Amino acid sequence: MDALDLARLQFAATTVYHFFFVPLTLGLAILLAIMQTAYWRTNNPLYRRMAQFWGKLFVINFAMGVVTGIVQEFQFGMNWSEYSRFMGDIFGAPLAIEALVAFFLESTFLGVWIFGWDRLPKGVHLFSIWMVALGANISALWILIANSFMQQPVGYVLRGGRAEMDSFWELITNPNIAVQYPHVIASGITTAGFFVLGISAWHLLRKTEHHEFFAHSARMAAVYATIGVVAVTLVGHSQAQHMVETQPMKMAAAEGLFESEDPAGLSLLTIGDWEQRREVFSIRIPGALSFLSYNRFEGEVRGIHDLQAEYEATYGEGQNYIPPVAFTYWNFRAMVGAGLLMLALALYALVQVLRDRLPQQRRFLRLLVYAIALPYIANTAGWFMTEVGRQPWIVFGLQRVEDAVSPNVTTEMVALSLVLFVLLYGVLMAADVYLLAKFGRLGPTEAIPAAEPVAA
Amino acid sequence: MNLQDVWFILISVLFIGFFFLEGFDFGVGILMPFLGKTDAERRQIINTIGPHWDANEVWLITAGGAVFAAFPHWYATLFSGFYLALMVILLALIARGVAFEFRSKDENPTWRRTWDWAIFIGSLLPAVLFGVAFGAFIEGVPIDQDKHFVGNFFDLISPYTLICGLAALAIFALHGSIFLALKTEGAVREKAERAAQVLWVPALIISVVLAIANYAYIDIFEKVGVNPGVMPVASAAALLATVYFVRSRQFGWSFVAMGATIVLSLITYFWFLYPNVLVSSLDEAYNLTVHNSSSSQYTLQVMTVVALIFVPVVLFYQGWSYWAFRKRVRADGHLEY
Repeated sequence: MDALDLARLQFAATTVYHFFFVPLTLGLAILLAIMQTAYWRTNNPLYRRMAQFWGKLFVINFAMGVVTGIVQEFQFGMNWSEYSRFMGDIFGAPLAIEALVAFFLESTFLGVWIFGWDRLPKGVHLFSIWMVALGANISALWILIANSFMQQPVGYVLRGGRAEMDSFWELITNPNIAVQYPHVIASGITTAGFFVLGISAWHLLRKTEHHEFFAHSARMAAVYATIGVVAVTLVGHSQAQHMVETQPMKMAAAEGLFESEDPAGLSLLTIGDWEQRREVFSIRIPGALSFLSYNRFEGEVRGIHDLQAEYEATYGEGQNYIPPVAFTYWNFRAMVGAGLLMLALALYALVQVLRDRLPQQRRFLRLLVYAIALPYIANTAGWFMTEVGRQPWIVFGLQRVEDAVSPNVTTEMVALSLVLFVLLYGVLMAADVYLLAKFGRLGPTEAIPAAEPVAA
Repeated sequence: MNLQDVWFILISVLFIGFFFLEGFDFGVGILMPFLGKTDAERRQIINTIGPHWDANEVWLITAGGAVFAAFPHWYATLFSGFYLALMVILLALIARGVAFEFRSKDENPTWRRTWDWAIFIGSLLPAVLFGVAFGAFIEGVPIDQDKHFVGNFFDLISPYTLICGLAALAIFALHGSIFLALKTEGAVREKAERAAQVLWVPALIISVVLAIANYAYIDIFEKVGVNPGVMPVASAAALLATVYFVRSRQFGWSFVAMGATIVLSLITYFWFLYPNVLVSSLDEAYNLTVHNSSSSQYTLQVMTVVALIFVPVVLFYQGWSYWAFRKRVRADGHLEY
């Protein structure tokens, strides 16, 4: 492995790790704000305990997201200095705006919220959790504006050996944002929904003293998860269509589609000879990929070989424009598979909630505990597909990854930092999971303050 | 004034804000094991910065983002060139941030001792390394004609940068002790006051050494002559005022004077640095300046509008958060961390 491979591996490792924590922050912040709003309106102490209990888990998760986020901002310069020089005029702006507009908001008000229980007026305290939710979700918007430029560069001109911003408006209204942002926000809602459902299910199975608390949490989370996963599926469909239009190679790789087809079949299982780049065995649903792409059962979906020929004509002969096909293919399947499974689970949970029978479904509750893993699988696989499927480009059509790496950072340096990051991140993950499990099991402990006026 | 200069000033403001706020955070972290002898005292100390440490750190993130947006070459050369130093800073800040959050969530003494070490080391190392790095910006590091850093980690280490590192450490420790004297009650308050009475000595000595080193190691003399001008003299006066107020036990005024010292000395620093942002030790012609490393006019215009709207908003609510938690923290009160 050379410095380039290690830098890629480090970016992948630190980014995926960071994104273990982000979706839960996005979704749970909104859910906490909803719980606390319910407390504010009804004065029912149950909602206060809910905001406090889930808030404690939120804070443990949030700390990990914050500290690993600093690495994200630094490593564009540390490991990808030529990318930063080439793209900085465009890419730096959303990052700086994210920090100024969003990070300050969420960090300041999270501090206010954690330390503000019973010290601040209830309305101000409620306002602070809404600001945390707003800040977190605005920060996701700006980072995805930056990422969307890498997927679909818009609003730029090439001048003086670099890409320069030509229209800020085009940058922030990138068509890719319209599909990517809702997808990420909805996946955050889904993650939070399944997180709360899973932990609630664990308690309901054990018939702990907090039965009512977790039954109510599970009801809210079932509704919340359903909203999230339905939205994620619908938006995911639009996103796939957008991808066929703007990055057809990524879709071809995600489908293991070597030759163009019309009508194109959706792969259920494709085994390919990845070296020779041909299909060995494949089960496909006829016309379904055309439907996924165009909402009708016909229409050509271009395959890897045709696209390679087309890209050679556009971007230069003799270069490989094909991403790692098997990796992209299987991550697409993992994401969609986990997503569909969550869709089924959420809908079933919703039906049980409406029948008021969720706490009695013991076998289903056991499933829900394990289902906490599903959103994490889908989130990770989704980003793997998005980023690896764009290869060899770091910015689609403009710069290749090997041209973006820092020339003066040696293999030994990256190897050292990679090892140290992995070690520290490993230890922190163990501590994080330990604390989440500990407090998750403990259940709500905060006593209702004596002075608290209980609703008459 | 052109927009490059505006952004040089804005980035200076962000770094000054960071060092002023995170300065006492670092100081608190460094002093925590010495002033907090019992677990309750340590918790009391950590809780003084509990609601604020995260937002204080955002000043660094915003400064980094602003360097990226306004001066991409500065960002690219600096971050790739100072790779190992930044790696250590990152690891330290990660461990420290998590430690604040995790430390008191478990009773196990080994657990708490481990996170206490993370807080101490995680505050000490960045304090010193930031000093070293800022010293290296102005003293110069090997940068070639393509704006690439061509040295290694040890090029950052020199007598001058080490003096800068020690100065940062001594100043932040004093800053932290004054902050604790203001924000705590009881035994910790007394210990913090006593610590400040001692810590002004190294802070003053290293500042004098740094003042001399500025003439000895960098091109200040060429730039400004013997008389350094009003700003450095004002920062020296602020430091002497800090010493006076600490010795007369007026800690509110000490904090004001200490803050003024940090702000004024950093204004001096950036004023000496300008128009360079990274000095090349190979050839003056290779220096990165505000002119040869900036973004396009258009990007700078966009960013200026954004900054003019949001910087005041941020200052307002962050200031409010300090006001909301202005009460002293007591060891027997309710401790969140």
